[in-house]
Amino acid sequence: MSEKLTGAQIVLKALKDQGVGHIFGYPGGAVLPIYDEIFQQEDIEHILVRHEQGATHAAEGYARSTGKCGVVLVTSGPGATNAVTGLTDALMDSIPMVCITGQVATHLIGNDAFQEADTVGITRPCTKHNYLVKSVDDLARIIHEAFHVATSGRPGPVVIDIPKDIQFNLGKYVKPETVRHKTYQPQIKGDMEAIKQAVDLITSAKKPLFYTGGGVINSGPKASQLLREFVKLTGFPITSTLMGLGSFPSADNQWLGMLGMHGTYEANLAMHDCDVMINIGARFDDRITGLLEKFAPNSKKIHVDIDPSSINKNVMVDVGIVGDVAHVLEDMLRVYKSRSSKPDAAAMKAWWAEIEGWRARKCLAYTPDKKSIKPQYAVERLYELTKGGDTYITTEVGQHQMWAAQYYRFEDPNRWMTSGGLGTMGYGIPAAVGVQVAHPKSLVIDIAGEASVQMTMQELSTAVQYRLPIKIFILNNEYMGMVRQWQELLHGGRYSSSYSEALPDFVKLAEAYGATGIRAETPDELDDAIKKMIATDGPVIFDCIVTKDENCFPMIPSGAAHNEMLLADDQGLDVEVSDAGKAMV
Amino acid sequence: MMSEEQPINTHTIAALVDNEAGVLARVIGLFSGRGYNIDSLTVAEVNEDEHMSRITIVTTATPQVINQIKAQLQRLVPVHRVVDLTVETDSVERELALVKVTGKGNDRVEALRMSEAFRARVIDATPESFVFEITGNTAKIDAFIGLMVPLGLQEVSRTGVAAIARGPERM
Repeated sequence: MSEKLTGAQIVLKALKDQGVGHIFGYPGGAVLPIYDEIFQQEDIEHILVRHEQGATHAAEGYARSTGKCGVVLVTSGPGATNAVTGLTDALMDSIPMVCITGQVATHLIGNDAFQEADTVGITRPCTKHNYLVKSVDDLARIIHEAFHVATSGRPGPVVIDIPKDIQFNLGKYVKPETVRHKTYQPQIKGDMEAIKQAVDLITSAKKPLFYTGGGVINSGPKASQLLREFVKLTGFPITSTLMGLGSFPSADNQWLGMLGMHGTYEANLAMHDCDVMINIGARFDDRITGLLEKFAPNSKKIHVDIDPSSINKNVMVDVGIVGDVAHVLEDMLRVYKSRSSKPDAAAMKAWWAEIEGWRARKCLAYTPDKKSIKPQYAVERLYELTKGGDTYITTEVGQHQMWAAQYYRFEDPNRWMTSGGLGTMGYGIPAAVGVQVAHPKSLVIDIAGEASVQMTMQELSTAVQYRLPIKIFILNNEYMGMVRQWQELLHGGRYSSSYSEALPDFVKLAEAYGATGIRAETPDELDDAIKKMIATDGPVIFDCIVTKDENCFPMIPSGAAHNEMLLADDQGLDVEVSDAGKAMV
Repeated sequence: MMSEEQPINTHTIAALVDNEAGVLARVIGLFSGRGYNIDSLTVAEVNEDEHMSRITIVTTATPQVINQIKAQLQRLVPVHRVVDLTVETDSVERELALVKVTGKGNDRVEALRMSEAFRARVIDATPESFVFEITGNTAKIDAFIGLMVPLGLQEVSRTGVAAIARGPERM
């Protein structure tokens, strides 16, 4: 390859060689040469979003639902700063993403030029890595390296900042195969000694529990498959974080439901009482652990994570295994199968009897209402009317997100896209756009709240433009429900700024965008309305008017332990929270 | 968490990194972003052929946090190797300080006498001032500076700690 290409041509060629099919982006002065190249080719489709944050979440949805790297293209200055939320979101949830940002010409950097921002400076703490390209001859190598860094190890977002003059300059292209990174080599295989120690703990367990997370999904379909095999083989109960939903089928009897702040009673009590905890690809987030001092006090802990810095960060563990989930599980399964000693059957029977007792508490039961639609009922019906189909769910952030996690049931990985770590309101619509781009024939539903959904509503226009038939299912309770719930719990019911005033008419809003609007206000009209939504060939906003004052249960109030959780049918939110607990988020 | 019961100790950590733009910002940003202490930090290129720099950081934390610092540093893409010289090796540490002292009469004589005892060198002198150059471990420099306080200490410039493991092995 002796022929010289412009920087912009190198960008397109490198993306093509990386197998990129779609870019989510927004043009501007500092990326015009790249947009000109996009115009002159047909291999890569560019999806024009309405705001750069939308581009990043769309890329996240695309990545999370396919296992591929999401690609974003934005201009300098405001283009880059608008992308920061999505970059941070992708960093927190370990989503592979390459974000190309335009930059002012090299000689203008540092001069406060028009639309200049210190993009590598701003994005350094919110990316896995970032690059400022200083020579066109480095460009191809940097792009290939960026994809490698974004997709391997613990995945994450990588920014490539390309000054405009570099996009015009002529340089050499190098192929992906020729690029090797000298320092960055994540550990994939787990240490065999540690794996054997883990199996020792597993075989001697009397009250074991699998606690799985997003790492299982990130490791790929094989990891979920191996996890299922291991869980079946051991007969142990399993729970998962918000990010791990779908890696184990919810229809299975060994599945205890999600754990954590709004997890099930049985999952949280099993976590509290377990004697051996097998953490696979989760990171002991504070939504999961609650009060650290009282977290699973009598347990030995095994932690499998590809990121060495996750191990012993929040919780000290007994056996830490650095490696990729699928690789570690494969070895663990092999060692487990080779052992003659198996977990004590009588102890397991007693443990399951205890769990069945907690399960009988039916913590997700709610009081149905004839007149108004309970939000839980809405999600349940949505699930019943879409189950077994080729369906992907995205969410915004808040009560509706937790109800979606509790009442929608997932049987497979990569079907559930939500903003877990950062908790980004406005994630759902653009994420649905990204999912639908990757899966044009599938049913893609954003389970939303009326407040969150307004943060990125403009992306409905993107969906209309590209004929992406996403369904925006709004649980409309006219409140920022989770904020209101916390104000009820911690601030004497003073609902400061949490009422959704001056709401638009969502049906008319949909029509104004050229989409379809559907409204349901009573339980008896809900099913038909949902069926109509599913049958509609095009984007839909579904305005589901739900009970206004419903709270999300079960709930572990901040500063409490797993066995101190609140249930809907006893005291509700009528509890005292300690001052230390109030200070927690 | 157990960290409250863990002892807090001072560690010297060395990191070999690619000498590329922004690498120091990544390291410093990591420390400030995650709330770790930096007692001292030095950085300079140490391998011109391979464009590698060595960053030496002195930090104070519990063992758990020290392990986190190591793991977090190791996670940065341009970082080649990280060694906790305090725990993993027997190491030697040196720091250089320039110390400006002003005074007349007995104080001035005493300052000069002390500098000889500490093997500091005079690298600048006027009728009412000295600039001493002193090299040693941190404790020695602290002691010298402490002695200069009543003798007219004006100003100190310190390099921060440079450290290396004893013996024939390289990092």
